[in-house]
Amino acid sequence: MSRYRFLDGAGMIFLAVVLAMAALIPASNLLLPPDSWLHVPDHMVPLLGKYLAFAMLALALDLVWGYCGILSLGHGAFFALGGYAMGMYLMRQIGPRGVYGNPVLPDFMVFLNWTELPWFWLGFDHFWFALLMVVLVPGALAFCFGWLAFRSRVTGVYLSIITQALTFALMLAFFRNDMGFGGNNGLTDFKDILGFPVQAQGTRAALFALTAFALAGSYLLSRWVVTSKLGKVVVAIRDAESRSRFIGYRVEHYKLVVFTLSAMLAGIAGALYVPQVGIINPSEFAPANSIEAVIWVAVGGRGTLVGAALGAFLVNAGKTWFTGVLPSMWLFALGGLFVLTTLLLPKGVVGLITDLFGIRRKSELPAPTAPAAPAKAAPAE
Amino acid sequence: MAIGGLTTNALLYLDNVSVTFDGFRALNALSLSIDAQEMRAIIGPNGAGKTTMMDVITGKTRPNQGVAVFEASHDLTKLDEASIAELGIGRKFQTPTVFEMHTVEDNILLALKTDRRPFPTLFSKRTKAEKERIDALLERVRLTGSRDRKAGELSHGQKQWLEIGMLLAQEPKLLLVDEPAAGMTDQETADTADLLREIAKTASVVVVEHDMVFVRDLGVKVTCLHEGSVLAEGSLDAVSTNERVVEVYLGR
Repeated sequence: MSRYRFLDGAGMIFLAVVLAMAALIPASNLLLPPDSWLHVPDHMVPLLGKYLAFAMLALALDLVWGYCGILSLGHGAFFALGGYAMGMYLMRQIGPRGVYGNPVLPDFMVFLNWTELPWFWLGFDHFWFALLMVVLVPGALAFCFGWLAFRSRVTGVYLSIITQALTFALMLAFFRNDMGFGGNNGLTDFKDILGFPVQAQGTRAALFALTAFALAGSYLLSRWVVTSKLGKVVVAIRDAESRSRFIGYRVEHYKLVVFTLSAMLAGIAGALYVPQVGIINPSEFAPANSIEAVIWVAVGGRGTLVGAALGAFLVNAGKTWFTGVLPSMWLFALGGLFVLTTLLLPKGVVGLITDLFGIRRKSELPAPTAPAAPAKAAPAE
Repeated sequence: MAIGGLTTNALLYLDNVSVTFDGFRALNALSLSIDAQEMRAIIGPNGAGKTTMMDVITGKTRPNQGVAVFEASHDLTKLDEASIAELGIGRKFQTPTVFEMHTVEDNILLALKTDRRPFPTLFSKRTKAEKERIDALLERVRLTGSRDRKAGELSHGQKQWLEIGMLLAQEPKLLLVDEPAAGMTDQETADTADLLREIAKTASVVVVEHDMVFVRDLGVKVTCLHEGSVLAEGSLDAVSTNERVVEVYLGR
């Protein structure tokens, strides 16, 4: 058990970087004069905040894919649901400041000639209730979906396909105006969060710092889970599912726990994303988004947590740069990146780094003990 | 207690068990009884139903008809793999199946008989008793020196032994062992026979094996399966001189 320390070197570096970002980026943005070369420009703060939210989604995805072997191609759905829950709170905060000035109904409902708030919008004027829903709605969906899928022993590519279908179905549903979530425009025009104006630089800096703390917190939680005995069982299930079953582990229960936890983390990530980008619409459910998240994890290094977050950051930074220079080529670049990673870096960027350092570290270790068993058997096989 | 109107004192009792896959009868009215602390060798040609029989006993396959009872009170045809494992039935696969990414020690740790539910597992801490138990088991399967190595790095024979160690960690009452000697050297085969005989002092062991030398080495009662039912049963000498057995399995 000593081999699995709660925090390893990579984990401590990761936490230090994330916490340093939480402190330095808002400080630099708010305190330094705009002409200082250390000043982080205003537009960079929500952009970096968005990356951190994506890093959290990647972390959640790595928990199920990297450790439990469940390749979810629909994790964007949980992210978007968390985002919608936060968006509904932000809509209710607009109050009479909307275009139609209705104190209760959001603009799109007035536009659709609705006269009262649908029942599922009740309670979202309370921040605590919205926060609860941010976690509970994705969690409940993942629990029900996982209960049915894992109990029927749907695995591998079939499971990936139905997760993809799940997010696609939700996208189609949320596009409909009569669903009551703003149709294809989604929810936007947010005014304030907990009384602070969403657009204000101070609020954005605070949201950035919060996202960084949430990322650090989810990392600690995920790390605690994967280094626990449950984490070992989950890896055992990934590598030899039937062996785990015959040893007496109820595989479907373990998958369900990890899948639900992961969906909840994705929901929190979505909730932090929405106030920073200022909009949530059904395109967040697009299957391509979920697939992109899988690429972040693969690029960074599957089954490492740190790698997933790093991959999300790198790929999205690349995306921002690339779509600025050659917008039409981005999807080709993304596809090429995925192919190259699969072919050349099966363990991702983090795997590459540990391999580079590992060469030296390995030579310091004593050679593996000679095969000791069966002791009497002299000839090797 | 009786299930299906039968009373029995056997540890494992199969009666009239049939399994059909797409019209193919993998098991055909198979009846078998294993006593406590008995070791039994099961032989038979490919497709005789040996693996399907293990699947029925461990809950992987549901029989179309018949009775499978453990300890005269548990109906195995109604339980899932995890519950059957918890009753004390352990199973070793034909190809050694261990958790390759985990250390040898963790492989044993995961197999130790404890609460298997997710949340107790999440909060579980290894106790001193568990550590001692792991030490003893590693000693028994001669893997003490390899405890920190990844199981995937072990040799084939060591993996077979690790898997047996994992079965022992479950503290089973019945072990089902599928071709334990496959791919082993002669010496390893003899050692494995010793180990199984030792295990049989405290638990029942059912060994499926093709290697007749190994079966002779075990020196136990033999059951020969053919086309999903029992063809002959008795000492190896009696079975191997049985005309039908010679005809379908051993060859003339």
